[in-house]
Amino acid sequence: MTSTTLTPTLPTSTPAPASAPTGHSAQRYAVADAVTMTWRNLLTYVRLPQLLVFSTIQPIMLVLLFRYVFGNSIALSNPTIDYVDYLMPGVFVQATVFGALGTGVGLAEDLNKGLVERFRSLPMARSAVLAGRTIADAMRNAFVLVLMTAVGVLVGFRIHGGVPAYLAALALVLLFTFALSWMAATVGLGASNGEAAQAALFPLVFPLVFASSAFVDTSFMPGWLQVFANHQPVTVTVDAARNLVLGQPIGWSVVGSLAWSLGLIAVFGPLAVRRYRRAS
Amino acid sequence: MSPQAAIRAQALTKSFGTIQALAGIDLLVPTGTVYGLLGPNGAGKTTAVRILTTILQPDAGRAEVLGFDVTRHPQVVRGSIGLAGQYAAVDENLTGRENLRLVGRLTHMPRDQVLPRADELLERFGLTGAAQRPVRTYSGGMRRRLDLAAALMHRPPVLFLDEPTTGLDPASRSDLWRVIADLVAEGATLLLTTQYLEEADRLADRIAVIDRGNVIAEGTPAQLKAGLGGTVIEITLEDPAAGVRAATLLERFATARAGSAAGDGAVRLDGTSLDITVDDGARTVVEVLRALDGAGIAPAGLAVREPSLDDVFLSLTGHRADSESPDAENPAGEDAGQLARGAA
Repeated sequence: MTSTTLTPTLPTSTPAPASAPTGHSAQRYAVADAVTMTWRNLLTYVRLPQLLVFSTIQPIMLVLLFRYVFGNSIALSNPTIDYVDYLMPGVFVQATVFGALGTGVGLAEDLNKGLVERFRSLPMARSAVLAGRTIADAMRNAFVLVLMTAVGVLVGFRIHGGVPAYLAALALVLLFTFALSWMAATVGLGASNGEAAQAALFPLVFPLVFASSAFVDTSFMPGWLQVFANHQPVTVTVDAARNLVLGQPIGWSVVGSLAWSLGLIAVFGPLAVRRYRRAS
Repeated sequence: MSPQAAIRAQALTKSFGTIQALAGIDLLVPTGTVYGLLGPNGAGKTTAVRILTTILQPDAGRAEVLGFDVTRHPQVVRGSIGLAGQYAAVDENLTGRENLRLVGRLTHMPRDQVLPRADELLERFGLTGAAQRPVRTYSGGMRRRLDLAAALMHRPPVLFLDEPTTGLDPASRSDLWRVIADLVAEGATLLLTTQYLEEADRLADRIAVIDRGNVIAEGTPAQLKAGLGGTVIEITLEDPAAGVRAATLLERFATARAGSAAGDGAVRLDGTSLDITVDDGARTVVEVLRALDGAGIAPAGLAVREPSLDDVFLSLTGHRADSESPDAENPAGEDAGQLARGAA
């Protein structure tokens, strides 16, 4: 059936849809729709800048706290490194990991407010809701990384490994938080609202960030905790970013971080997509 | 498949766990007409709309919009429908104009038409002044109007309105009725769900009454109301004894319900209050008063009202609209409660 056969039966001002039933009409718009959804999610930060407070003010306060209050009491096993240089790659990861939780919170809110229901009734690519959300959050995290670098430089942080290595470190951190976004999306799509998503995600991520090498040297932790701290993904990613930024030998840390990130995406990507399909 | 049918459903069923939301419903909505799905909370109205709008998959049965199967060609169906739900699905953090722009882009309208169309709809729905304000500053009625505007962005030939006025104050409700009446005048095919007989009566060409996932009656509003006798006379009496006497006396004025098993709902006595469903409202009121006066019964109160959803249910099923039907689809169940109280 084509629109031509429909038109005569339709009333005056309502043209029939021109589209014919094709299998790839959704894929055709996948990129355009993902861009639109990214625009929509980023616009939220323009309209509601206070949403950026959590992801910017909090890490700035942590930088000041660790740089000036705790920093002189924190021992490092390599005494040739300045603590501020040790700290900043950790803050990069801490700030963006907490930012990644926003993916789950945002999706839970969209579900709760009935927006996902509307999106499902539109002829848009199904992938665009998740893609637009994770891309927008990755862009926000990129902004946070640039801002935290500037803050770090103001308090004495210096890039020792060269600009390419620094950029590689940022890319590694962004990939890791993108992976965590999919985990947050999986949890958020199962939560009844934004607060519930936040409450489910925060306790999951808190020990990963603080029982890690982000702020302190794990070799001073109790033995049992070191087993966890040395192998969990935040430590591996912080070590990789730190080695790159400080110009230290990178060893296996970069490979380890990439493995964690790709593994998380491989597990939580399909899980999130499946939950999104079933969520109502 | 007939090109005449804008919406067609055959034997649709859907269960959520042990709760059967749709027990096999058939619907046929001719192009260019307004169809009302009337029923209480949990009757299955929203489930039917969600299946017809491709949001939900049916367990069994078929549904088509403009001849396209909703499960096999969902993207085509989505291109020709607009949906406005009972929870205005608009982004609170964006402005009204940005919300319409978002929907315009996601429906793949030609880019240069998106903003002119958005402005046209904002103007039409009286939202031009609020166009640049975030939606979280809007009133409930403004959100519903914006939600409806979003549904209309890509000029869909078939519209679904799920309880468009539930929870609105009377002024916003009549605003929205006016907007819907305009759409109808322009020839849109419209399926609307409602809990209010008055709303269905006012807007719909045909009505299907839904109860526990089944269509229990279908026809024009006139047919449905004729089956009900049209008007309810409510008489309040001084004491229960007078109530019994009046009930016997006035039985002959009540609507004859040929072929209706539940027809003895036409005279209802509850203590001192007596409800009689009659065919010819105004004339019968005079005769009823004359008969009461002749028998020496003085009514303490008298009112004449149009039948409510509750009357429809009582007459069709013998039970009230707020019965324990599973509340699977509407978490906010207050409206059914209010209806039941209003008619009790």
